[in-house]
Amino acid sequence: MRGPLIPQKEITNGDKMSDTTDTGRVLAADGTPLKRSLNRALRRQKLRALGLIAPLLIFVLVTFIAPIADMLFRSVENQIVSNTLPGTVQQLEAWDGISDEAPDEAVYEALYYDMFLAAEAKEHTRLGTRLNYEETGVSSLFRSSGRSVDDIGEDYIDALEDLNEAWEDESFWYTLMSGGEDAAKNSGLLEEERDRLASLTSDDFGGDIGFVPGQEMSDLLPNTARAYTSFALFTVIADEDVVAEEEPWEAVKIALVQDLKRGVDLAGYSGFGADELRAAQDMLAEQPDIAFKEAFLEMDEDWGDTDNWRTIQVYSPPFTTGYFLNAIDMQKGTDGPEARPDNQQIYIMLFKRTLFMSLMITGSCILLAYPVAYLLSNLPMRSANLLMILVLLPFWTSLLVRTSAWKVMLQQQGVINDTLVWLGLVDDASRLIMINNQFGTIVAMTHILLPFMILPMYSVMSTIPPSYVRAARSLGATNWTSFWRVYFPQSVPGIGAGSILVFILAIGYYITPEIVGGTTGTFISNRIAYHISSSLNWGLAAALGSILLAAVLILYWAYDKIVGIDNVKLG
Amino acid sequence: MKLTKTLMATTALTVTAVAAHAEDMADSMTLVSWGGAYQDSQQNAYAEPYKEMNDGLEVVWDESSNEAVAKLRAMDEAGNVTWDVVDVVAADAMRLCDEGLAMEIDPDEVLAPAPDGTSAEDDFGDLLVSDCFIPQIVYSTTFGYRTDMVPEGVDAPDEICDVWDTETYPGKRSLEKRPINNMEWALLCDGVAKDEVYDVLATEEGQQQALDKLDEIKDDVIWWSAGADTPQLLADGEVFMGSTYNGRLFSVIEEQDQPVAMMWDAQVFDLDGWIIPANLPEERLARALDFIYFATDTQRLADQAKYISYGPARASSAPLVGQHADLGIDMAPHMPTDPENAKNTFLYNYEFWADYRDDIDAKFQAWLAQ
Repeated sequence: MRGPLIPQKEITNGDKMSDTTDTGRVLAADGTPLKRSLNRALRRQKLRALGLIAPLLIFVLVTFIAPIADMLFRSVENQIVSNTLPGTVQQLEAWDGISDEAPDEAVYEALYYDMFLAAEAKEHTRLGTRLNYEETGVSSLFRSSGRSVDDIGEDYIDALEDLNEAWEDESFWYTLMSGGEDAAKNSGLLEEERDRLASLTSDDFGGDIGFVPGQEMSDLLPNTARAYTSFALFTVIADEDVVAEEEPWEAVKIALVQDLKRGVDLAGYSGFGADELRAAQDMLAEQPDIAFKEAFLEMDEDWGDTDNWRTIQVYSPPFTTGYFLNAIDMQKGTDGPEARPDNQQIYIMLFKRTLFMSLMITGSCILLAYPVAYLLSNLPMRSANLLMILVLLPFWTSLLVRTSAWKVMLQQQGVINDTLVWLGLVDDASRLIMINNQFGTIVAMTHILLPFMILPMYSVMSTIPPSYVRAARSLGATNWTSFWRVYFPQSVPGIGAGSILVFILAIGYYITPEIVGGTTGTFISNRIAYHISSSLNWGLAAALGSILLAAVLILYWAYDKIVGIDNVKLG
Repeated sequence: MKLTKTLMATTALTVTAVAAHAEDMADSMTLVSWGGAYQDSQQNAYAEPYKEMNDGLEVVWDESSNEAVAKLRAMDEAGNVTWDVVDVVAADAMRLCDEGLAMEIDPDEVLAPAPDGTSAEDDFGDLLVSDCFIPQIVYSTTFGYRTDMVPEGVDAPDEICDVWDTETYPGKRSLEKRPINNMEWALLCDGVAKDEVYDVLATEEGQQQALDKLDEIKDDVIWWSAGADTPQLLADGEVFMGSTYNGRLFSVIEEQDQPVAMMWDAQVFDLDGWIIPANLPEERLARALDFIYFATDTQRLADQAKYISYGPARASSAPLVGQHADLGIDMAPHMPTDPENAKNTFLYNYEFWADYRDDIDAKFQAWLAQ
C-alpha cells in the first residue's frame, strides 16, 4: 500500500547519502563534517514535512485515534461499582464470597448510605444496569431499592422528631453541624466528600457551598458529619439551594441515630445543641438497634441472595477482565475465569465464522476480479473506459439499495428462482434457498466489495508491459506458460493489495450480513452493533472490537511475514 | 450539568416552565421519531397544528428513534444533546431513565388533564410505566397471514399455536430476531398458562422449554429485524404468516390492498411515547414541555388515530377516534385495543425484560446461531 511505502523511500534515500559520506571524512563548506551537516539538513527537511502534515496529523489524532482509544479503554474500565458503592465495597472485602451466608450487618449499613446517596444522584440505576449484564435481576433490585431506601429507619426518625421538633429544623441542623461561625472547621472532610460526589456523578463539585463541617462535631459524630456534608454539597451544587434552608436527608438522621447509639460520650460537649443531643441519646438508648439487613431483605429478598453479593464483590475493582472474558465465552467465577454455560457460548463461533466468511468473500472476489481487471487493462482505451464505468457504477449506488436488490434476486419468490422454475430446472415446490444464510451473505458481499479488488488489480496490471509476454511467446512459451510464469507473478502485488482491502473491509462488515445473513450468515460485527445500540453494554462491545482489531493486526503482520508488504501495490 | 437532571425536572423547573409559557422559549425544536407512516401521523396530528399556533417556530425532524438510546448516550457523554423531544418505545424509555439520560416528569404537572377534569395521571393510568415516559400510543405486535395461501378446506388461522402448525398451514413464518414475544408465544403454545408465562420464563428450564418449542419451527422461520421486513415478505409471498407491528399490517391490508389478514390472537401490547432528554438548557426545555403539553392532550392523541391504526394512550381519547383521513374507513375496528381484537392479549412485561433481556438474549442468539 502507498502509506507504508513513502517513509521507506525516504529511508533508502538517507542510506544512500550516508553511504557516500562513510567512505571519507569529507567536510562541508562551513567546516563541519559533511555527514553531520547532511543529517542536519535532512532533519530540518523532515521537520518541515512534519510541520506540513501537522494539522492533518493532529486532526486525525483528535477525531479518530482518541475516540477509538477511549472506546477500547471501556473494555476494561469498571470504576462505576467502587464509585457508586464505595463504603459497601470496602466492607464487602471482609466477606468470604464462597459461603452461603449473606454478608453481615456492617455491609448492609454501608449499603444504606451508599444507596441513599446514589439514589439522590440517580446513579443507582446505572449501576444496576451495569451489574445486570453479569447477574440477571440486579437491575430491578437496584431500581426498586432506590425508590424505597429512604423508608429504612422511619420509626427512629419519627421518634427523634417527636422528642424534639428541633430535629426537623433546618437552621438548627446547620448550626449544629457547622459548630457556629467561630468554631474550628474540618475542611478535610468537605474535600473528601467533594471528591466522592464528583466521582459518583462525574460532575464537578467545586466551589463554595456556604458550609464547612465543624471540627468538634466531626470528631464527636463522624458518620453524621459525613452524611450532612454530602447532603450540603448536593443541596448547593446539584439542587442549587441554600444548605441552612433545607431539611437534611433521612440518611443524615439515621447516621445521627447510629452515632448516638454507639455510645458517644457527650459529657464533655457543651456547644450548640448539647441538651438536644443528650436527650436524644437517652431516648435512643431504650430502643433496639436499627436492623439494616432485615430492612433490606424486607424491601427485596434478593438482597439476601449471595449471587448478587458475589457479583458486586467480583466486579468491585476499578478495572476488570470481565468484558474480555465474556467476549471469549468465559466468565469470572469466584475462583478465576471459567467457561460460560454451553447454551450461552456464541462469540468464539462468531469470530471463526467471520474469519471464514471473510476469507471466502476475498477468495471469490479474486476469482471474479482477476479476469475483469485483465480485460480492463488489455482493451483499447475506449472500451476500457466504458467497462471501467460499469465497474464503478455499483460503487456509486447506495449500499442499502444494492443489498436490497440481492434480496429481490435471491429470495424464494425472487427473480432467479422464478426464472429457474419457468425454465423447468427447479420444481415450484422446492425452490432454492439462497438468502438469509451464508450463501446470501457471500454473494451480496462479494458483489459489493468487488470494485475494491478490481481497482488495485487493474492499476497494477496496466503497468505490466505487454512486451514481456510477447517476449516469452517469441521464445517459445505456450499461452499458459507465458501467462503463468511471466504475467501472473507481476500481477501478484495487485492481488495482495486487493485482498487486504477486501478482507479488512469484509471482517468489519455489518449492514449486509444484517439484511441478508439470516441466522447463519451474520458476523461478529452484528453482535457488536447490538451491544452498542440495544443492550448498551459498551464494555462488551469494546472488548469484542478490541479482539477484532487485534485479529486484523495479527493477520496483517502474518501477511507481511509471508508475502511481504512491499509486494502490495495500489498502482 | 448532568446532575441537575431529574431533580430540577420534577420540581422547580417544570413549574416555572409551565408558568413562564410563551416567553423565553427556544424558537426551534428537534423532534426525533421513527420516520415513515408513523412520523407522518405525528406530523399531521400535532406537529403541524403546533407550528401554526407558534409563529416562526422551526421544527426539525430526526429519524433516529431506533438508535435513540445509543445516540443519546453518546451525545450526553460529549456534553452536547441536540434533541429536544424523543419518541421511543417504553422499554427504551426505561433504559434511558435508568441511565439518567431522560428527564423524570410528574405527569400531573407536565401533561394536560382530560377534558372532563380527570388528572393526566389517572387518564394515562397503568401506561405510565416509567418515571420518564410520556405514552402516546398503544401498538401491538401481532400476526398477519396470506389469505390466498390458506390451504383449501381449512379454516383461516385464528390462534397463536397455528404459527407452529406447519402441517395444516405450510409455508414459512417470519418472526422477530429477538427473544421478546417469541419466547412468550412459544410457552403459551407449549401449554403454559398465560398468567404463569413469566414465572416459567424466569427459570433456566422455562427458557430452555421455550427455545425447544421454537426449535420445532426453526427451519421454517425467516428472522426479521426491521419492522418493514414482514410486510415485504408477506407482499412477496415469501412467508405464509409473520409477526410485525399492527400498523404495518394495516397499511399492507388497507392501503396497499394485499391479500393479507390479521390474526389478533395473543397480540402483545407495547407502548410508544415521548421522553425529554435530561439536562436541556432552560429555553429548550420550556419549548419541549410546551410542545408535550399540547401534543399529548386528549384531542391530539385521538387525531393521530386518523392517520395510523395505533390506539391512543389516554382513556379519554378512545371515544374520539374517528375515520381514517384518506380512506374514510372507521378506525376503531382496526385498533389493537378494540374489544373484538383484544380478546386474548398480552402486555409487554417491562420489569421482567429489563432484568432478563441480556441473559435471555445471549441464550436466544446462541440458539439461533447453532
